[in-house]
Amino acid sequence: MGNRVAIIGVGMSKFGELWEKNLREITLEAGMMAIFDSQISGKDIDAICVGNMSAGRFTGQEHLGALAADVGGLGNLPAYSVEAACASGGAAVRQAYMSIKSGEHDAMLVFGCEKMSDVNQTEAMNTISVASDWEWEGLFGATFPALFGMMARRHMMEYGTTEEQLSLVTVKNHANAAHNPFAQFQRPVPLKVVMGSGLLADPIRILHSSPVTDGAAALVMCNEDVAKKYSDTPIYIDASTQGSDTLALHDRESITEMKAVKISARQALEKAKLSINDIDVFELHDSFTISEIMLTEDVGIVEKGQGGKAVEEGLTELGGKFPVNPSGGLKARGHPVGATGVAQVVEIALQLRGECEKRQVDGAEKGMAVNTGGTGATSIVHILGRD
Amino acid sequence: MAEKGVAGVWRKIRAIYNIQGNQCKTCGNYYFPPRLVCPTCRRKGQLEIHKFKGLGKIYSFAIVRQAPDHFKRQMPYVIAQVELDEGPRLTAQIVNVDVDKVEIGMRVRACFRKISEQGHEGIIVYGYKFEPTMEVTGHD
Ligand SMILES: [Zn+2]
Repeated sequence: MGNRVAIIGVGMSKFGELWEKNLREITLEAGMMAIFDSQISGKDIDAICVGNMSAGRFTGQEHLGALAADVGGLGNLPAYSVEAACASGGAAVRQAYMSIKSGEHDAMLVFGCEKMSDVNQTEAMNTISVASDWEWEGLFGATFPALFGMMARRHMMEYGTTEEQLSLVTVKNHANAAHNPFAQFQRPVPLKVVMGSGLLADPIRILHSSPVTDGAAALVMCNEDVAKKYSDTPIYIDASTQGSDTLALHDRESITEMKAVKISARQALEKAKLSINDIDVFELHDSFTISEIMLTEDVGIVEKGQGGKAVEEGLTELGGKFPVNPSGGLKARGHPVGATGVAQVVEIALQLRGECEKRQVDGAEKGMAVNTGGTGATSIVHILGRD
Repeated sequence: MAEKGVAGVWRKIRAIYNIQGNQCKTCGNYYFPPRLVCPTCRRKGQLEIHKFKGLGKIYSFAIVRQAPDHFKRQMPYVIAQVELDEGPRLTAQIVNVDVDKVEIGMRVRACFRKISEQGHEGIIVYGYKFEPTMEVTGHD
């Protein structure tokens, strides 16, 4: 004890297609909210870390560390961005965790942000596909939904997972997002509509896929001493772990599991000295609904192959034994790629603070956020807890 | 954009025209796409060029119905992971087949096709696609 890393402030912009706002505005919005929430003064922040996947292609702007410092009027402090595809946000949280843990920084402002709707749908899709192996998958016509379609089809064959189970994840996550004022889709969607939505890459349908989203999320993270000065309800990071796998999906022994998630989730539980049964609430990376089904298995909530059944039986719904994605997840909260990992941690922190109102998991004390990049080539896991 | 460049395609012509990858003489593993280092043996690895037979079976697949512009004319198309008889898997289109007839486990063999036409004045990329062996030879 004594050198724990705390989260004392959280903030989000609205998630959605925000045509009226640019990257600077949404980033500032999330950052200001996190700072106000923490009650820290800007002068006590000593570094900034931004998670972003591809602002260069999405908006034509790079150098987001300096941009964030500048737009917030935070002056001359060190600021930089990190990239790990869809796990860029988780990578930013982890960078800040390590910087504070090491003693180099005392209090940091952490961002995740992405502005995706400034380009057309095709360009957005092309930009996301570079998170897989562009030279050996994308070049041959493998779109991102196609890669997840191959995982889904194999999962269906090996374990009997059904189209209905793939669709029930959507139904659950939309139902949760209906209670999240920051979510892109704050409305339930009936199973019939999901199962009748257009095909992107069979068996993946449009409503099995996360949308194109603009959004930013932010955290104020600090050491324990600073935390106690500003906050009565600091949330602590009990573990931060990360793992990698092959960039191309075809190079993996199995495409029905994400090995990097299995390894990093197990390591996180070990570091936090917890078992999966101690975790009260989960945010799992559901870029496609098959991903949530696979991650439900890979973090150890259920055995391999039982992820579809888990959602069918209500195990992962709000009020179930292992609530997954009370925020609405990537599917319904929205998936501004670089922002997602930070938004997941924001949700877990709010859940542990008991501030989630209608989507609150009662009495949540420990939560896990799993942020993956590409088709699972990066996995970043955070376990949060409150005293 | 990188995918518009000629050099990026030209330098891998041998690999994508002939399905040329490598085999590590230390551990015996075959690799396709070709690797720069044997991931099993690393510095002890000895990679040698290996030309694959181009025969294999479908490991998994998806039917693409929304694609980038330079693939739009081919939609709907099947993208699959093909498990080559030598072991490695690769990602490629399955052609010369009704998209609804494709199945996991189907025997396929490589054929040489146009992969994509990158815009009006962009380059045309050629390389491997796969077709059902039954369709071409009458047996698996
Ligand atoms: Zn070797």
